[in-house]
Amino acid sequence: MTNQQQSLVHARGLTKRYANGFTAVDGVDFDVRPGKAFGFLGPNGAGKTSTMRMIACSSPVTEGTLSVIGMDPRTQAREIKSKLGVVPQIDNLDTELTVRENLEMYARYFDIPRDVATKRTDELLEFVQLDERAKDQVEPLSGGMKRRLTIARALINDPDLVILDEPTTGLDPQARHLLWERLYQLKRRGATLIITTHYMDEAEQLCDHLVVMDKAKIVAEGSPRQLIDQHSTREVLELRFTDAVRDNLDGQLDGLADRIEELPDRHLLYTENGERTLEQVNLREIPVESALVRRSSMEDVFLRLTGRSLVE
Amino acid sequence: MTVLAASGRVWQRNWLVYKRLWHRSLAFGFLQPVLFLTAMGIGIGALLTPSSLEAFGGVPYIDWLGPGLLAAMAMQTATFESTYPIMNRIMWGRNYEAMLSTPVGIRSIVLGELGWTAFRIGSLAAVFLVVLALFGIVRTPLAVLAVPFATLVGVAFAACLIAFTATQKNDVGFSAIFRFVINPLFLFSGTFFPLTNLPEPLRAVAWATPLFHGVELIRGSVLDQLDPVTAPLHLAYLLIMFGVGAWFAERTLTRRMAG
Repeated sequence: MTNQQQSLVHARGLTKRYANGFTAVDGVDFDVRPGKAFGFLGPNGAGKTSTMRMIACSSPVTEGTLSVIGMDPRTQAREIKSKLGVVPQIDNLDTELTVRENLEMYARYFDIPRDVATKRTDELLEFVQLDERAKDQVEPLSGGMKRRLTIARALINDPDLVILDEPTTGLDPQARHLLWERLYQLKRRGATLIITTHYMDEAEQLCDHLVVMDKAKIVAEGSPRQLIDQHSTREVLELRFTDAVRDNLDGQLDGLADRIEELPDRHLLYTENGERTLEQVNLREIPVESALVRRSSMEDVFLRLTGRSLVE
Repeated sequence: MTVLAASGRVWQRNWLVYKRLWHRSLAFGFLQPVLFLTAMGIGIGALLTPSSLEAFGGVPYIDWLGPGLLAAMAMQTATFESTYPIMNRIMWGRNYEAMLSTPVGIRSIVLGELGWTAFRIGSLAAVFLVVLALFGIVRTPLAVLAVPFATLVGVAFAACLIAFTATQKNDVGFSAIFRFVINPLFLFSGTFFPLTNLPEPLRAVAWATPLFHGVELIRGSVLDQLDPVTAPLHLAYLLIMFGVGAWFAERTLTRRMAG
């Protein structure tokens, strides 16, 4: 089998340029394998949503190769869409219909027979824990419930591939965890997911494979663990100083770590062993206001690759 | 799923929303012509002298006015339905975005919405015709043609306005459309007074505008005055308007939705 047949989404030199000349996606290559959760990580404006929209056949490809479920979005958009589930960044539930009607009507757009639609609607409402709200209107639902309903709606056609554009943006922590748990369930059932996010924890929790996008390009690729191993050290020592100490550091930290990142409120020292580095800081008698040792995360990878933090 | 079947689903979605309030909509559709005909037909009509009635082709003013109002209702309702609600489905409620993630395409959306307008205007026109019959205005069984004629007026306007709405970034343009297009057409299309009362250049303008043709067809069918020579011309005007409007609607909506 060729590469293209093994991957559900295959992109080479994929480019999106808008009518105003802005290049949102600039020649990216990636492959989404079946049964995996594939993540696009990057700050706002990195080109994640434009990439998603091309995969979902709702925005034409400007240049390059793109195949989705073995088909060409340029000529087979309708067939591709019938096998996709899409969770858009901004909810587009039908606020004039009830919760149940939203799913049943959506099933009709896919030409799913009524009896099948009713059965799937029941199952999915239970899956996203909204069965008790079936007869309610959409508007009074909380943000988390609306997102869950949108996810249920995206599953109504039993899709081969589910595309989720920033699924938890704007939700409170509890709602996010509930949503992650449902997505994790979905993964265990063997679904292929494509997720965009600008939350590192979300990417680490859900994604088997990640690409980091910045300024329309892919800047790194791999599993969350691989990315951290490749682009960061095992541990990070975070130091905070009083303003007076901070202004007079004059390179006193030099040589203590593989790399030092100076943020507005703290210094990050990238090192294999944070405790030992902290000992050395103390040996040099630098007055530290507070110190924290933690493992490297995707945030550090991102900082390293782009020179800025992910959520600004 | 064919384009036509998918457009049926778009239609069905509107029906699902509408079926909760159809009785209210039709009751309103009944009441409004009753009020208008009472106020304008009986009230104003009573002031007209027999000699001035000649301008109306020798029929009582209310008989002349009623079918004109039916045509105007078709235009106004279709226009309203094709501005704010369509804008909602494009922008505020994002219904089309959701539909376009499914096998439903732009052409099906346009056809489904126009089919929906046809149903809405058709049912309102049928109610209106009943009112005309109750007022004793209907002269011939051919009057039932007023329903398809009014429906044609409705979809012709709806097609053009969907094309317009798809180009708008906010609803500011809509009040301009109502003020500078719909209201003048309402007043100067031979709805309330014969065009022969207008000065010659204005009369030519009125002939070129769409509502006039709808008024002629509907009045002709209700009062049994359809002219075999001019009626096909009026019909052709509205059919062409519908076709051109629908073609543009698909283009502008495609441009709007697929960036």
